[in-house]
Amino acid sequence: MSGAAPNPSVASLRAQFGTAVGRSLVSCGDTIVYVARERSHDVLRWLQESPAERYDYLTDLTAVEYRDRERPIEVVYQLWSLGRRSFLRVKVELAKSRRLEVQSVSDLWRAADWLEREVYDMFGVHFAGHPDLRRILMWETYAEGHPLRKDFPLRGRFSRAEQTRQAMAADPESNYSLEELSIAQAYRSLPADMVERLERHGRRKVE
Amino acid sequence: MGERRSVELGLATPGLDAAGRPARVPLGLAGDAVAEPELRSDHMLVNIGPQHPATHGVLRLVVELDGEVVVRVIPHIGYLHSGFEKLGEYRHYNQIIPLTDRTDYLAAPSNNVCLAMAVEKLMGIQITPRCTVLRVIACELSRIMSHLVWAGTTAIDIGAFTVFLWMWQEREKVYNLLEDWSGARLTTALTRVGGMMADVPDGWTDRTRAWLGMFPKVLDEVDVMLTRNNIWLGRTQDIGVISAADAVDYSLSGPMLRASGVPYDVRKDRPYLGYETYDFEVPVGEHGDVYDRYLVRMEEMRQSVRILEQAIDRLPDGPVNVADPHVILPPKHRTMSEMEAMIYHFKQVMDGVPAPEGEAYLGIENPKGELGYYFVSDGTAKPARWRIRPPSFINLAALPKMAEGHLLSDLIAINASVDIVMGEIDR
Repeated sequence: MSGAAPNPSVASLRAQFGTAVGRSLVSCGDTIVYVARERSHDVLRWLQESPAERYDYLTDLTAVEYRDRERPIEVVYQLWSLGRRSFLRVKVELAKSRRLEVQSVSDLWRAADWLEREVYDMFGVHFAGHPDLRRILMWETYAEGHPLRKDFPLRGRFSRAEQTRQAMAADPESNYSLEELSIAQAYRSLPADMVERLERHGRRKVE
Repeated sequence: MGERRSVELGLATPGLDAAGRPARVPLGLAGDAVAEPELRSDHMLVNIGPQHPATHGVLRLVVELDGEVVVRVIPHIGYLHSGFEKLGEYRHYNQIIPLTDRTDYLAAPSNNVCLAMAVEKLMGIQITPRCTVLRVIACELSRIMSHLVWAGTTAIDIGAFTVFLWMWQEREKVYNLLEDWSGARLTTALTRVGGMMADVPDGWTDRTRAWLGMFPKVLDEVDVMLTRNNIWLGRTQDIGVISAADAVDYSLSGPMLRASGVPYDVRKDRPYLGYETYDFEVPVGEHGDVYDRYLVRMEEMRQSVRILEQAIDRLPDGPVNVADPHVILPPKHRTMSEMEAMIYHFKQVMDGVPAPEGEAYLGIENPKGELGYYFVSDGTAKPARWRIRPPSFINLAALPKMAEGHLLSDLIAINASVDIVMGEIDR
C-alpha cells in the first residue's frame, strides 16, 4: 500500500520536533505519523496552530487495539485542514505494561471532550487534563471493564442473570450523576437511605 | 460554567400551616394575615427523557433551570448502546453491512455505501461505472429521506403538525422506491464490497424520475408554510446560535457546520463517487441558528433532487459488480451448476474476503454530517478495529453550548435542529 507520496507535514514535523516524531507510513493513500507520548500535546498544538499546517478540524479521535497482544494500544487522531484540504493521521502508542495515559487535547479542540470520554469508556485510556473524564456510553457504575479491549469477551464478563440482577437492583435516584446532584447541592438534604445507596454504588459528593 | 449554584430541595410544602392544614386567607385581609410563602429554591433540576418524544430517541437531558431559562444541560447517552464496533470485529466485512443499517437508521443506504467504499479503499478495489452512479443515487435518496424526517419532527416539536404529515408522506414514497430496489424499507443492506446487493429493477428510474418531478412542489408548499411564517421565525431565529469558530472547535459537520458559515462538504472537499462531476451547490448559512439550519437542509433536499436527476440521466449500462470472483459471490445459478463457482462461493462464505494489512479511513457526507468508517486490518477477513465516526454524536456534544441561556421550550427546538439519531450516537 506504499507508493503514494507521504504528506509533507511529516517532514516539517520532523524538522520541528526531531526524535519525538517516530516512524511514518502511507496506508491506502493516507499518511500516518507516530508521535512520542510525552510530546503528543505539543505536536498536536503545533499542527493546529502553525500557519503552514493549520490542521484546525479534529475529524475523529479514537483508539486501536490489535489482536496481537504484544502490540501497544494506539490513540489515533484524524486531523483535517479545512483551508488546505489536507488529511493527516497522528498516532500515539501506549505500551500495555504501563498505565494507559496520554495528554488530553480537549483544550485544543472542544470536540475531543466527548471523544476522549468514549475512548476512556471503551479502552480505559486516561487523558490527563481532561475536565470531566467519566464513562459516556456505559453507565458510570459499570463494573465489567472496557468493552472494546480485546480481552473483553463479546458477551460481556457477567452472565446475563447477573446483568439482569444488577439492572433490577439499580436505584432510579442513582441515575443522576454526582455532578448533577452537586449542582443542586441536594446531597445534604437527601434522605439518609438515598445517600447510603449512592455511596454503595461508589458515588460520593464531589466538591 | 463558573461556580456551583445552590438549590435547596425544600420538602416543606408552602401554604400549609404548622398543623399541616391548608392555610386559610381571610377574605379582604390577604397580605396581612398570611405572608407570601417563601420559595427557597432558585434553580430547578429537570429531567427530560430518556422516553420523551421531543428527544428524538432515547436521549436523556438533565437540565438546570433558572425559572424558564436553561442554565446548564447535561446530556446522558448510551441507552441504545449495542456494541456495533465490537460486533464488527467478529464479522466478515460484508457481514458488517447490516450493522451499518442500524446505526443511522434514517439513512441506511448511505451508511451501506460508506462501509463498502471504506472496505474497497482498504482492499484497493475499483468499482464499476454503473455501481458508482447507483451509489450516488442511494446516497442522495438517503439525504432526502433523512432531511424529511428532520423537517417533520422539528416542525412537530415546534408546533407545526401539517409539515410532519407532508414529510412523512414523501418519505413513504422514497421508501417505496427503496423497497422496489432492495426489498427492504428501513434496513436496506444495499451495497456489497465491490458492488451492490442488486441492480435497480426495470422501470425504477422512470418511477424515481416521476417522483423527483413531484417532490419539489411539496418543498415549495413547506416553504410557504414555514419560511416566512411569523411563529416559525420567532421560534427559530437567533435560537441556538453557534459561531463558525465554535462550530469548527466542536468539529460539527454537515448542515450544522454549514449553517454557521463554514463551507465544508465532503462531497466538494474530498470528492468521492465522482461528485466533482455533478453540478450542484452547497448551501451555507451565516447566522448558525435553528432557522439557518432549516434553510440549509431544505436547500440540500433541492440540490439532492438536482444530483439525482443528473445521476439518472447518466446512469450507464454495464455490470454493477466487479468481475472478481474472490470478492463478489458468483451468480446463484452458476454456483449451483459449476464446480469453480461453487468453490468461490464456499470460500467467500466460510472464510470471508481477507483485506491486506493496513488501515483506511473513509468519510462521506452523510445527511447528518461527515460519517467516517475507519478500518484497521491485520490481514485477516475480519477487521481488527472498526471505528464509526458518528456525526450525530459529535454534533450533539455542542448541544449544551447552544442551549444554555435559552428558554426550556427553545431547548427542544435546538435539540431538534441538531438532527440526531440515537442509533448512531450510542452505536
